Amino acid sequence: MHRTKIRVRNLRLCFGKKEVLNGIDLDIYENRVMGLMGPSASGKSSFISVINGMINFEDHACFKGQVHIDGFGELSEKTDHVALRKRVGTVFATPIPLPRSIFENVAFGSRLKGVKKRSELNALVAESLKKAFLWDEVKNRLSESALKLSGGQQQRLCLARTLALKPDVILLDEPCSGLDPISTAKIEEALSELKRDHTIILVSNNTKQIARASDFVAFFYMGKLIEFGPTVKVFTNPEQKLTEDYVLGKFG
Amino acid sequence: MRINPRLIDKLMRGGLTFQALFTVAILVAIVLIIFVKGFPYVTTEFIFSYPEDMGRLGGIFPFLVSTLFLGVLSIAFATPLGIGTAIYLTEYTKESSLTRCIRFGVESLAGIPSIIYGLFGFIFFVIKLRMGWSLLSGTLTIAIMVLPTIIRTSEEAIKAVPNNLRTVSFSLGATKWETVTRVIIPSAAPGILTGIMLSIGRAVSETAAVIFTMGSSLRLPASIMDSGRTMAVHFYILAREGISLEKAYATALVLIFSILVINILAYYIMHRMIARFS
Repeated sequence: MHRTKIRVRNLRLCFGKKEVLNGIDLDIYENRVMGLMGPSASGKSSFISVINGMINFEDHACFKGQVHIDGFGELSEKTDHVALRKRVGTVFATPIPLPRSIFENVAFGSRLKGVKKRSELNALVAESLKKAFLWDEVKNRLSESALKLSGGQQQRLCLARTLALKPDVILLDEPCSGLDPISTAKIEEALSELKRDHTIILVSNNTKQIARASDFVAFFYMGKLIEFGPTVKVFTNPEQKLTEDYVLGKFG
Repeated sequence: MRINPRLIDKLMRGGLTFQALFTVAILVAIVLIIFVKGFPYVTTEFIFSYPEDMGRLGGIFPFLVSTLFLGVLSIAFATPLGIGTAIYLTEYTKESSLTRCIRFGVESLAGIPSIIYGLFGFIFFVIKLRMGWSLLSGTLTIAIMVLPTIIRTSEEAIKAVPNNLRTVSFSLGATKWETVTRVIIPSAAPGILTGIMLSIGRAVSETAAVIFTMGSSLRLPASIMDSGRTMAVHFYILAREGISLEKAYATALVLIFSILVINILAYYIMHRMIARFS
């Protein structure tokens, strides 16, 4: 049996009058990779912006329904988003290093938490970079600017920076969309290790990546959850015709 | 008849080059005239001794000190206020009639002639608040005068910081204020510094507003409640009252040189900052 980390019930999200999520029910299991797939504008990114509370920065956005994160509580208007984001880390589609050194990028979140001891920061930065499979490439140049790294390295740096927060949940919003296959493979390898300690949500419209990297899959289409199940089942024996067509590449 | 576009292209290239060079030539001419007329009289004694006989003899040491104080103090007053206003306008509000009102106010403030600031400083600081002709009255007046420059340049610099840096900072659990201090200000620092540099230049070269509020005492100010005379004011009085053109040019040369040193220093700091953050 799987333990539910995030329980979503009847989630509706609208921007003004436009409804982008239309009653989603979904259980996201602890220590598993949950893949969210679907064509563009199907509501995947909106879904994760509810979970990390970034939706609050959007004008006229409102959500109804229940989102309960185990160990944190119910999300509502009154949620402390700063505290939430220390538990739910996000890696965005384009790598966005802060214009600082590699070390300072990874240490950013810990410094916010008030960690000042150099030895503690050193250990945390090394550990996070190792988990993101970047340590060997940058260990001798931690004080160099993060902007000098290649795109693939920058994305792994962003992953390391999120890991340094020691979040329960990691959201990855199309993390490999601009990366080469080698960098993509490294990120996927990192994910398979990371799920031991974290709950992971991987958004991608690359069905092959979802098939490789996820344990469970949710298929979103036009703001609705069409199908949800173990990855092997959804890809080999989907219940819905729409899912089958999407997985086979007939549309999307 | 249609003129050959290639010919126009060539002519324009020549014309634009000439215009650019002309601008530089004006600068060179000004500096050269001041240099030629002033250099023979600039000695270490001139810089480090006190004036005698209304400035006909002796040096400009007290004026150098007053200028330095005015520059540093007015920037020290104006910078926190200016950057604070810019942060409020860009990060803490959405476009509304209030921000438009503030921005209109800032722009109007920038367009007021400096002598009006002098008059205001005289009535408000010198008379009403009984500060008298003093370094304090002068620096406060000049601080108000340079405020719009600092606000506008800081605002532009902050607006130019890519939005996704804010998103990332928030996603890592930073509050608004932590995002401002740790991400936005460091990224906007070079632009903000440009505004501060411009303001220092304006502060040390101002005359009208300074005479009204700081007076033109020949003595070395002992405290911020003392009157003092900046180099720009000294130059103005020497030249206008025909006391000594030689000393006037020498003073102007020292003033220009000081501004040059400040600018080079600011550029140096700016480049070190850019190197550190990118």
